[in-house]
Amino acid sequence: MTTTTERAATAPGRTYAILDAGRRVLATPTVGPFLALVLTMAFFSVKTDRFLQTENLSLVLQQTLVVGVLAIGQTLVILTAGIDLSVGTVMALGQILMTKLAVVGGVPALPSLLLGILTCLGLGVLNGGLVTLVRLPPFIVTLGTFNIAFALTHVVSNDVTFTGLPSTLLFFGRTFRIAGASVTYGVVFMLALYALAWFALRQTAWGRHVYAVGDNREAARLTGIHTGRILLSVYALAGLTSGLAAMLLVGRTEVGDPNAGQTTENLDSITAVVLGGTSLFGGRGTIVGTLIGALIVGIFRNGLTLIGVDVIYQYLVTGILVILAVSVDQLTHRRRA
Amino acid sequence: MSAAPILEARGLVKRYGHVVALRGADLELYPNEILAIIGDNGAGKSTLIKALSGALQPDEGEIRLDGESVHFRTPRDARGAGIETVYQDLAVAPALDIAANIFLGREARRRGVLGRILRMLDQGAMRREATRHFAELKIGVQSIAQPVEDLSGGQRQGVAVARAAAWARRLVIMDEPTAALGVKETGQVLDLIRRVRERGLPVILISHDMPNVFELADRIQIMRLGRRVAVVTPATHSMAEAVAIMTGATQVENDR
Amino acid sequence: MRHSLRGRPVRGRRSALTAALVLAVAAAMLATGASAGTSADRAAIKVGLITKDVTNPFFVKMRAGATAEAKKLGAQLLYAAGKNSSDNASQITAIENMVTAGVKGILITVADAKAENAAIAKARSAGVLVIALDSPTDPKTAVDALFATNNLNAGILIGKYARAVTKGQTVTIAMLDEHAGSSVGALRHNGFTQGFGIKNSDKQIVCVANGGGDTPDSQTAMENCLQKNPDIDVVYTINEPSAAGAWTALKNAGKTTSDVTIVSVDGGCAGVRNVKAGVIDATSQQYPLLMASKGVDAVVNYAKTGEKVSGYTDTGVNLITDHPTAGVPSKSVAYGLAHCWG
Repeated sequence: MTTTTERAATAPGRTYAILDAGRRVLATPTVGPFLALVLTMAFFSVKTDRFLQTENLSLVLQQTLVVGVLAIGQTLVILTAGIDLSVGTVMALGQILMTKLAVVGGVPALPSLLLGILTCLGLGVLNGGLVTLVRLPPFIVTLGTFNIAFALTHVVSNDVTFTGLPSTLLFFGRTFRIAGASVTYGVVFMLALYALAWFALRQTAWGRHVYAVGDNREAARLTGIHTGRILLSVYALAGLTSGLAAMLLVGRTEVGDPNAGQTTENLDSITAVVLGGTSLFGGRGTIVGTLIGALIVGIFRNGLTLIGVDVIYQYLVTGILVILAVSVDQLTHRRRA
Repeated sequence: MSAAPILEARGLVKRYGHVVALRGADLELYPNEILAIIGDNGAGKSTLIKALSGALQPDEGEIRLDGESVHFRTPRDARGAGIETVYQDLAVAPALDIAANIFLGREARRRGVLGRILRMLDQGAMRREATRHFAELKIGVQSIAQPVEDLSGGQRQGVAVARAAAWARRLVIMDEPTAALGVKETGQVLDLIRRVRERGLPVILISHDMPNVFELADRIQIMRLGRRVAVVTPATHSMAEAVAIMTGATQVENDR
Repeated sequence: MRHSLRGRPVRGRRSALTAALVLAVAAAMLATGASAGTSADRAAIKVGLITKDVTNPFFVKMRAGATAEAKKLGAQLLYAAGKNSSDNASQITAIENMVTAGVKGILITVADAKAENAAIAKARSAGVLVIALDSPTDPKTAVDALFATNNLNAGILIGKYARAVTKGQTVTIAMLDEHAGSSVGALRHNGFTQGFGIKNSDKQIVCVANGGGDTPDSQTAMENCLQKNPDIDVVYTINEPSAAGAWTALKNAGKTTSDVTIVSVDGGCAGVRNVKAGVIDATSQQYPLLMASKGVDAVVNYAKTGEKVSGYTDTGVNLITDHPTAGVPSKSVAYGLAHCWG
């Protein structure tokens, strides 16, 4: 209680509100990533005039589709101070199921999609259940699910790539024209998902509870929040977003690929979350930041190719950025009991 | 004390295996008073408080609220009965703002479709409410939208106290409210506790800080070895006498 | 204001670090920008090369060949690769970005025969010539042309060789392939069995495993095969790094080079040296440099004249061994060393 406000605090005066908002903006976790994004885009626009074309930007958005959607679920999990290492392979299983059912099983397109998504959701619920009921550490649980999904993908697909998909499955890869550029429905879907996630996190009690559980789990419990239900819900949602990412992947590649999700989709989703300013300790971060983080990686890859630089440098830069972002997080964050 | 007690506890017993934490502890809390509970480590203060706030269930004994017998199985039951607790470690989420913490677990939704179907929060209303509570309790902060982690220790305590005071209908329990604070902030929190009482909410507080207790409390309950051994007032006893009773140096008849 | 241990307000520290982060990004970009060399928008013809991974000497040689040819013709080479031999997602992204970068043609060794067809189709419809190197797509018409070793022939040659040196006896055969969806893998595997004169279901094949096309995974795969069947006479390996790994496992199991016949494909210098050392009995040598330089030629020609190359161009294969056997044409190790790559 400062001496300057000895009198009772009135409803925030306009000046206070503006100054305070300004200060808060500067200190928000999203500012750094946003500036990094702007700088990156400025840099590439200067280096080549191919970068800032609407077609190219649309392309970058398409290239961030899968990791972008996976990162939504990953954000929710990391906000509760957990982690989900299984998103990539769960997605792979989902897209194999969707395509195999449609191509080999003769199941109509929409039920195939639904079954694939539900399977991913189920694995997410499994993760959540093990974390909340059996109280296993998320790292271990999701590592286990990662392997299970990996194995199931190979068993179900028999290592066959499925082609000749019904056109409904390809919907999200189709484009429409807007403002002189061609945009895929998948991009629209991803942006809509981000908007939905933003609303849920910022404008509902559930969202607040997610932050509270990650910030101070004991406090959340003492105020009556069902911490178990919150945790279960975020892992389930991560499973759901894996399923949705699978659907978008199928639309983009037009095949069911048994080798999908095995390289770095898991780590890429975590990279996007971290670069976006979300703290691995939980309780702090924004969903918009995650989108920015995913875009930064995609823009680097795209831009470096456009200017003819070896794409290997993309990994170098991403690695340095991740370390810096996590350092910022570590050094500015102190856990309070 | 002509009025009937708001809260009564009779003969509470709590065992943890062979350890008996409460051996028939009693308590009365009257309207408009601040009752301090003091005692040495292991005297049973925290256990008694937990029984009253629903964090644990006593093995024997009875608790009455406004004369009616009550059984709290969970902290939520106690809250539902109008008893709010301020925990020693505050139980706030530092990354969330003040208003969000006040309403944590009990958020207000917008009316109509937005609230019922989209489950959208009424952040404006929550902020206004929180501001009003802070104003009544005369807690000074720059903005109700500040994250709690930006506040000083005393301000944070203010948030926890304001939260309890905002929701409590019958009484407030506080566990070591000034333990982590410096001198100036302690004074401010003591004022705050008085204002809670002025709002019509009696307060039970545990404290190790004798000077604070004697400055603040109307009555002081002294616990020793799991039961209440005396109830004194600052007017009738000195600090030294109270400490002597607390440690057993002075033997008293158990007071009812 | 929340204070850190050292007393400075945390908010101040956070903005300072944010600034540091942003400056680091700027610095990183300047550094990479500097290495980009001259402006990328000059009028040179751009050719894209995308390989399965960066480290396999086969692809290193391919890249070297493409780079040299591009330089000779005054074209600019853009290069990308997957993170491992099954990473098709990175290749798809690379195709898209190279098209935007303005390449006239893309040379690609596809990680998956089918999964990249959509991206390739988009590139072709944008007027980009797409030539598959080494690994065919499925269907073959997904690309404009294929410059490759006849991988089936490569397999047939070593299959025939293995049959000849084992003198028609009944033997136990282990086969180390790479990941599913690899067209090259399927062709060489089937070529071997065809050349050996057996079906894929023949009982002499006691173990078929995924050795990943690299040394450590193949060692593990071979060890597992040996657990099931300690007596292996013939080992087919998809490439020479795989053969090296298989040999380590066999050696550790107490086998000598005369106990086992190991055959492979590739003809890299390290592999040919292994043939000389007796570790590999025979290998089918292919010519990645030729694939790459012919590919660059084709793209530059297309850029200049609009003439598209099409169909299949066989870049040749030779069996390399120091123990030739009648009925199977081969060349000596000396020849192999003179024409090897890597």
